[in-house]
Amino acid sequence: MNVTIVDYQSGNISSVINSFTEVAKGKVNLEVTSDIKKIKFSDKIVLPGQGSFKSCVDSLHKISGLVDTLRDFAITNKKPLLGICVGLQMFADVGYEEAETKGLGWIPGKVSRIDNQNGKFKLPHIGWNEIEIQKESKIFKDIKNKSHMYFVHSYEFIPEDKSVISATTDYSSKIVCSVEKDNLFGTQFHPEKSDKIGLKVIDNFLKL
Amino acid sequence: MLKNRIIPCLDVKDGRVVKGINFVELKDAGDPVEQAKIYSDGGADEICFLDITASNENRETIIDIVRKTAKECFVPLTVGGGVRNIQNITDLLLAGADKVSINTAAVKNVDFVKEASKKFGSQCIVVAIDAKKVSENKWEVFTHGGRNKTGIDAVDFAKKVEENGAGEILLTSMDKDGTKSGYDVDLLKTITNSTNIPVIASGGVGTLDHLYDGIVKGGASAVLAASIFHYGEYKIKDAKEYLNSKNVSVRL
Repeated sequence: MNVTIVDYQSGNISSVINSFTEVAKGKVNLEVTSDIKKIKFSDKIVLPGQGSFKSCVDSLHKISGLVDTLRDFAITNKKPLLGICVGLQMFADVGYEEAETKGLGWIPGKVSRIDNQNGKFKLPHIGWNEIEIQKESKIFKDIKNKSHMYFVHSYEFIPEDKSVISATTDYSSKIVCSVEKDNLFGTQFHPEKSDKIGLKVIDNFLKL
Repeated sequence: MLKNRIIPCLDVKDGRVVKGINFVELKDAGDPVEQAKIYSDGGADEICFLDITASNENRETIIDIVRKTAKECFVPLTVGGGVRNIQNITDLLLAGADKVSINTAAVKNVDFVKEASKKFGSQCIVVAIDAKKVSENKWEVFTHGGRNKTGIDAVDFAKKVEENGAGEILLTSMDKDGTKSGYDVDLLKTITNSTNIPVIASGGVGTLDHLYDGIVKGGASAVLAASIFHYGEYKIKDAKEYLNSKNVSVRL
């Protein structure tokens, strides 16, 4: 199996590479690239994302043909894709970090700043928080409800159709922390930084 | 509910851990990679490396250590010490650090914090503030390990780095550092009340109760300690179980 981590020159993806390499050892052929041909012929794609919604979307668009290739892969051909952090957020129609920015529009919804109740909750939401599983998700196989995952973000994805939500976490309100819609998977938390339990999420995705 | 983090810090000099852990199972007590792995396996919520190498020529050493550690520890890794420019940050992040902490360079030029957080995202920019008490309820920022006075008020500076995009503040009391008499709770309280970003408490931990004070009395989101873990007095697990028994929520 060929799995591609999309390297679109935005943010730090070393940790994503390290953890996927650890889990994939000897089982999966892992590529880190923005080469459209390689992406097209992958079996699975990982879309990381760090920094702001706007900077990530802008970086995707800077690579000619990348957005269309990702759309063909995930929407037309319905092959498995995992978005991490801003990688998940970009599934939305629109994001409001820095400036109003159009997202990929794969899952209807928006990305807004977490309502921190006038400073009652510190932002960014940094650290380990429990996930509350809302529906069965393939990437949560053998993962217990209330497991701890590592988060670092100030914005949250609010999908229109709540049935895509596979887990939430409690921080000022119930924040969407993972989604599953057909072949599309996304986590707001960082499985690559969530210790053994996070590696299990990665393993589940690679085993799909 | 968000858990309070316990962060063991390893001081690294010329590639070796200073004040290393005296665990019998350690093959090489000075190897930072091996020590980081012990902490991560023991339940540390994050690992922090502070590079105290004096010379500039040895920067490659810390980068190599980060590279090796990041392949074995899958919890967040923060690296500080000698971070002076964008290239330093790029090198550390590419090696596998998740966050970098900026100290003197932020004091010299707060625009550096802005530039760094814009380029890499606030999530990976920690500003380390070393503060010393100068009068009742007044603290000043110091640099160079507490030797150099800056004349900058610590509270003003904390607010300023927040405005400039810092994602977290690592706050060390220079009066308490190394004393094992507990955090400067008043300083912590003052800074956590005047900022809206997470504050990591540092400097002075000697007992598990001190960790409790940092979180509950000082309002810190995370507590950093070095020697109580280094010398094997307590394991990370002991700290977590103690805090849990006092109703402080931690990741167990």
